[in-house]
Amino acid sequence: MSSRLLPFYATLAIFVLAYGVCVFQFPNMLSTRVAGNLLTDNAFLGIVAVGMTFVILSGGIDLSVGAVIGFTTVLIAVLISWYGMHPLLAFAIALAISTTFGAAMGVVIHYLDVPAFIVTLAGMFLARGMAFVITTDSIPISHEFYTALQGLYLRLPGGGRLTLIGGLMVLVFAFGIVLAHFTRFGSYVYALGGNKTSAELMGVPVARTTVGIYALSGFLAGLAGVVFSLYTSAGYSLSAVGVELDTIAAVVIGGTLLTGGVGLVAGTFVGVIIQGLIQTYIVFDGTLSSWWTKIVVGLLLFAFITLQRLLVVLSDRKRLLRNAPS
Amino acid sequence: MSRLVPGLRKAAPQFVCLAMILFFNWLAFPGFFDLRIQDGRLFGSLVDVLNRGAPVAILAVGMTAVIASKGVDLSVGAVMAMAGAVAATMTVSGHPLLVVLLSALAVGVACGLLNGLLVAVLELQPIVATLILMVAGRGIAQLITKGVIVTFNDPGLIFVGTGSFLGLPMPVILAAALAIFAVAVVRRTALGLLIESTGVNRSASTYAGINSRLLMVMIYAFSGFCAALAGVIAAADIRGADANNAGLWLELDAILAVVIGGTSLLGGRFSILMSVLGAIIIQAMNTGILTSGFPPEYNLVVKACVIIMILLAQSVSLGAAGWLPRRVPAAKSKEA
Repeated sequence: MSSRLLPFYATLAIFVLAYGVCVFQFPNMLSTRVAGNLLTDNAFLGIVAVGMTFVILSGGIDLSVGAVIGFTTVLIAVLISWYGMHPLLAFAIALAISTTFGAAMGVVIHYLDVPAFIVTLAGMFLARGMAFVITTDSIPISHEFYTALQGLYLRLPGGGRLTLIGGLMVLVFAFGIVLAHFTRFGSYVYALGGNKTSAELMGVPVARTTVGIYALSGFLAGLAGVVFSLYTSAGYSLSAVGVELDTIAAVVIGGTLLTGGVGLVAGTFVGVIIQGLIQTYIVFDGTLSSWWTKIVVGLLLFAFITLQRLLVVLSDRKRLLRNAPS
Repeated sequence: MSRLVPGLRKAAPQFVCLAMILFFNWLAFPGFFDLRIQDGRLFGSLVDVLNRGAPVAILAVGMTAVIASKGVDLSVGAVMAMAGAVAATMTVSGHPLLVVLLSALAVGVACGLLNGLLVAVLELQPIVATLILMVAGRGIAQLITKGVIVTFNDPGLIFVGTGSFLGLPMPVILAAALAIFAVAVVRRTALGLLIESTGVNRSASTYAGINSRLLMVMIYAFSGFCAALAGVIAAADIRGADANNAGLWLELDAILAVVIGGTSLLGGRFSILMSVLGAIIIQAMNTGILTSGFPPEYNLVVKACVIIMILLAQSVSLGAAGWLPRRVPAAKSKEA
């Protein structure tokens, strides 16, 4: 149904318009350098937003992702700096833990039939608390493998750099698009978000899918933690506080319906980039303060949610009118 | 009095829980129950628990009504920050205390009205509708304070946070007054029944003649009012408005207090006093962890474990399987 894609097109139009305004004011923003930095600076947000898109498409919500990112950075820093582990092994351990954590939340949500909101809230407390328990200090990571990874980049025409983490985000989005639109798991997720009872009756394996969705979200939150620790070269238990809200905002601005069942992974990408664009604009302007990001993101959220609501009401009315004469 | 007995029996798990926490606090810190009167006011760890728990208790009063109507209000922390910012900046620019308090509370009510309109008129999901203010509110608070921590020295406003009345700290008095007022309004009139029926089935209540739209708007406005009151207390307590940290994550504590108090997140039957008890339990736990010399880092882990235990106790599935005594009405069970 094309009217369902309207929020996505609206997001795209707003992005092009906003970028146009930015370029008109600061011509330097139209460069691959800025584009490359947009990808690098929002890499962790983008990666975790892919997972959140799946969760929200299925009609759930995951409040634990910011805390999982914080926990992962601390764990990796401790494993590397205190125990002298190789970063790759530390990454593997962190990803295994975060995936298991997500899967456990999925199990609780499905089998105990508790709202995802409160389960992931407990998960958020638990992950953030575990990070505090490990250490409350900020631990620097200095390892030659880290420096090597951070030095990797692809030179774009025009002098911009596509760094490893920026490229990783693009890859994750590509993976998410394939998973959502071209696999059986993806259609299960959409079915679950559309109507859980019908999905169950149609033979969708609800338990497996729910656990899979939250495990995926946990895995991607862990991956975002890896990216975040590469980005900052440190592990800190208070890092990525409030990222869950930015993530949900990115998903909603990207045109995904919070009731589930409708949305595109590609829309989330635009949502993430719009948030990055606002921050870049504030940096370029130099006189605006950082809190305008929050206010503008709030206004965009309001605009998009109202737009979605309007579309749903209009399509309902259309259906009603179509059915009435017969 | 006979009406009180079944109520007390239903509240038994919470009281046992509180008693156990207090007992552990006493084990860890033998002076826990000591009370003394100095300069005409009561001092001691118990009073401290009540005093520190007051903001969350106030939030929980408003949150109970919201959750009973099958909603949730995520914006209360941000509203606290906004109300505190308004109170501090207006005090600094020399407005009289009454004007300051009224404006701060009016900001909260306005935020609540906005939430209520989004939920009741635009029919947005409550999580989404209140998320908007949760994100934008802190930005607006920083806009009001221009990004700095606004400090003030006005004795009137400071009294709201640290003064005492009848020997008890002012926040405790305000929280108690608000809770008693709310319970009286809700239980002495049909309002409580109307809220419960709206939470259980909104369309049925509307067909039964309840103006559910107006009711929802009022509920969210009340929650905004409570948040603003808590915000003023929090700001007065530290003699400054910190737009970044005032009320940070307190929305989660407030929701937790309501859930501990036994109000189901699926809407319906609620108890304001039990939510206040929930807030006290949370604070007793916090104080206990701090006074017993545990690192405060354990706080969040313990809190998470408590939520998980309560979830298990309230779970519909386990109740339906007969593993645990059920608390949720059978009508909610999907398997039935």
